[in-house]
Amino acid sequence: MENPVIDLKGLTKCYGSLKAVDDLNLKIEKGEIFGLLGPNGAGKTTTILMMLGLTEPTSGKALVCGIDATTHPILVKRKVGYMPDSIGFYESMTALENLVYTGKLNGIPGNEAHQRALDLMDLVGLGDSAHKRTSVFSRGMKQRLGLAEVLIKRPEVIILDEPTLGIDPAGVKEFLGLIRELSREQGLTVLLSSHHLHQVQMVCDRVGIFAAGKMQMEGNIHKLSQTLFAEDSYSVSITVREPLPALWEHSDELRQVRDVRELRITENLVQIACASDVTPDIVRFFVAKGLDVMGVHKREFGLDEIYQKYFDNNLIENNTDEKSRSIFKRYLNKK
Amino acid sequence: MKSLAVFSKGTSIKSKPSADPSNAFRVVVGKEVADHIRSWRLILLLALLVLTFLGALYVSLSNIRSAVSNMQDPDSTFLYLKLLTTTDGTMPPFHVFLNFLGPLLGIALGFDAINSEQNNGTLIRLMAQPVYRDNLILAKFVSALMLVGTLFFTLVLLMIGAGLCITGVSIEPVEVLRIFTFAILTVVYVGFWLSLSILFSIAFKQTATSALAAIGVWLFFTVFYQIVVNLMVGALVPRQAILTETDLVGYNEMLLNILRLAPSQLFSDATTTLLMPSVRSLGPMTMEQMAGAIPSPLPFTESLMVVWPQLSGLIAATFLCFAYSYYLFMRREIRS
Repeated sequence: MENPVIDLKGLTKCYGSLKAVDDLNLKIEKGEIFGLLGPNGAGKTTTILMMLGLTEPTSGKALVCGIDATTHPILVKRKVGYMPDSIGFYESMTALENLVYTGKLNGIPGNEAHQRALDLMDLVGLGDSAHKRTSVFSRGMKQRLGLAEVLIKRPEVIILDEPTLGIDPAGVKEFLGLIRELSREQGLTVLLSSHHLHQVQMVCDRVGIFAAGKMQMEGNIHKLSQTLFAEDSYSVSITVREPLPALWEHSDELRQVRDVRELRITENLVQIACASDVTPDIVRFFVAKGLDVMGVHKREFGLDEIYQKYFDNNLIENNTDEKSRSIFKRYLNKK
Repeated sequence: MKSLAVFSKGTSIKSKPSADPSNAFRVVVGKEVADHIRSWRLILLLALLVLTFLGALYVSLSNIRSAVSNMQDPDSTFLYLKLLTTTDGTMPPFHVFLNFLGPLLGIALGFDAINSEQNNGTLIRLMAQPVYRDNLILAKFVSALMLVGTLFFTLVLLMIGAGLCITGVSIEPVEVLRIFTFAILTVVYVGFWLSLSILFSIAFKQTATSALAAIGVWLFFTVFYQIVVNLMVGALVPRQAILTETDLVGYNEMLLNILRLAPSQLFSDATTTLLMPSVRSLGPMTMEQMAGAIPSPLPFTESLMVVWPQLSGLIAATFLCFAYSYYLFMRREIRS
């Protein structure tokens, strides 16, 4: 951590009494892809806006490439490409004109901007639509155009806010692959915010889990899974033919099996968390009880579980969540 | 998506920090002007304005003979000024039309300057580029004003040209001066409404709200303001019978000054003085002041002296709106 490209020091932002971002410290190295993960309203976008000097922090500092983003936003904006989550283009202009406009705003002369724009449109797969008006673009196409726009100024850092929103699955893979490639080949530093865990898992070197304005955890995925699931790092799901009652008479007995920590029964699916790989013992147990085992699935914890676990622990006391649940229940009862 | 080779070939990612903000300002102005020119809105406004202009010109041309040959009128020698001001009563002259078309023009060009960008999600993208925020609002203002300026200068030049062709009378330099000053004054007047509507476009998130607010202010000043002022004066000022002449003049002056808080009043004062050289005062004059005055046109500089307060008032109001929009916009958080 010698010379971080992005260095946030005690960054805090309050909206009235609400603390959107609370004393955030974060360092991101050059060439790194960092994934900022968090539920809606966690303060991800606010953090990003502060990094670009688009909003002022209540306290703390945001240094990007060693420049204070609050006092010298223009210098930062020259080096940082930012793609907002709901991206819009001038609809009366063609995609190419939109890109060239951004290029010119960054001081690139007209003909070079034109050339770069055409190259980038090819790169993001919009080569055929360069002369179409952006009003006919689909959400995914706009997102791709957004990436081209970010790259036209040749940034040192790119910040992408929910970049994969609205792109089809094949496109997402390509998109993320491209980002990874760019980062590896050109030494670009990438900050990516998302609530799509799998996608983040695919490209990020490091992730930070962000909730209620605080960085709850930070590190690579392997490390996160180790710290969170030191106890039960394996999960076995067993599908049986007949649904089991919620209070299954053998559940206590199953808990006695070596290293089994917890189990959850939902109809004919039994999920068992265990500290070591005891799949054969569990299967043997089921067979001995005369149950028809239809499927056995063992998995290690990925980001999904980390996320799930984290927010399960975190949100239980959260009232808003409860409220929405009860509304949902009422809605169901009416039906 | 193709391979990265396209990107790295000839276009390495090393950026060169060359962008200077004044360049960005020019780019934004260029884009804004292009946007306005391509928009239906400007075409409609242009059509409206040109129709009014042609109508007014037609009426004045058909009455020009009698207006110029009227020996009682000290302004009758100014043929081209007469072209702009003569009317037979069927239609108000062009400068009176402008009194309420000008605000419409300014409001229409500015009411969605910032909030439509914000609603389309382009504002945040723009703000993520190295562009100063004040440059953005200034560019919006300047680009619309450039168009308005071009428009009015074209119109008055067309009028002079048409006058030359039809009457064959050569134009006096002082008339050119007066007409051009009139054009500048009109641009300043439109500029005031433009900056007001840009202010509303920053203050209100919805374009419809900002348009309504601007039109509301416009209607208030053109229709209701005079009514309200007259009502108040009627209620507050004592009956005429018990007033001395100087009191009466004083009250009249006060009434006029209150009315001059409305930009349209400033504009009509200023245009009247500029286009009718014989107007020597905008307030009431006593018989003593009038005694000995020969009803003759004032020289241009004198007319300019008479309208100077009006002109500076309009410019000051424009700057006030602009400063307030700057204040609102500079530290605002921009979210898409």
